[in-house]
Amino acid sequence: MEPIIIEGTPKTPTVKFDAAQGVFEIKGRSIPENSVEFYKPLVDWLDNYKESPLSKTVVNIRLEYFNTSSSKCILDVFKKLEAIHKAKNEVEVNWYYEEDDEDMLEAGEDYESIIRVPFKMIEIAE
Amino acid sequence: MGFDIENYLKDQTNSDVILFYKGNVDSDVINHVLDTVEDKLVEINEQSRLRKKVYNVLVESLQNLYHHVDKVPEGFEDQTSEKFGMLVVQKVNNGYKIITGNFVRADNVEKLEEKIRRINRSSHEEIKELYKFILNHQRISAKGGGGLGLVDIARKTGNKLEYTFKEYDDKYSFFYLDILVNEENQSATN
Repeated sequence: MEPIIIEGTPKTPTVKFDAAQGVFEIKGRSIPENSVEFYKPLVDWLDNYKESPLSKTVVNIRLEYFNTSSSKCILDVFKKLEAIHKAKNEVEVNWYYEEDDEDMLEAGEDYESIIRVPFKMIEIAE
Repeated sequence: MGFDIENYLKDQTNSDVILFYKGNVDSDVINHVLDTVEDKLVEINEQSRLRKKVYNVLVESLQNLYHHVDKVPEGFEDQTSEKFGMLVVQKVNNGYKIITGNFVRADNVEKLEEKIRRINRSSHEEIKELYKFILNHQRISAKGGGGLGLVDIARKTGNKLEYTFKEYDDKYSFFYLDILVNEENQSATN
């Protein structure tokens, strides 16, 4: 599978989905007006990856800001990962948040409570 | 012609206005407003926690305008703006005020007001649960909104949503949303 590599912009995150390594990363700001347009290709790609995933997939989410419209799309991404996990593959989500950003920690906890995939909350210095 | 929307807003604010905008709320305007306010908050050395909250709330308020404003009434001074809105960002004692204004068709007023009332009578814990429920159960609408903007604003600020509907004519009201983003509620809301 071809990896997805998208450079970040002020409103959209940097994305690196590497099927060969089983490491997926979303990083930066995700505040587009039309988040579906941005996330649909990622969700479609995961649909393909889900057919023959690696035995272990690591997902790093390192967002500085995301809007509520992205929050639904990010949930769609997690739902694909949940399906991979449910099919007896190892999936690990690392949710990064800056040390003073309790809102971002809470956002991670929201997903953790909805999605049945192990989450690790990782505090980073600003 | 109804009341003067701009003068009403001027009466509500004092001189510590960081930004005032009136006109079409498109993607470029949103970028520009976000950049301007972010730079300003860095410049005045605002602590990062409050800075992030202001930024988040600003994103949601602007995108609420972008996704939800109704067309301006016939005869209104600005007929060219497809998404007409107003925005004031103001420094207050212990934080910031973000005030938005937009036209709402009379038949949409009740629905919007009920939504705000529901949020305002909820506890912080209930708002958190409401957010998660909508996140998990509601699809993104045709307009592109997720239905989460106001809930998110209430959750992040820990404050009630202050609002006013001013009747403009028999078909339209002008809706002001007055959001306080401050430090005081943080320990109580976390």
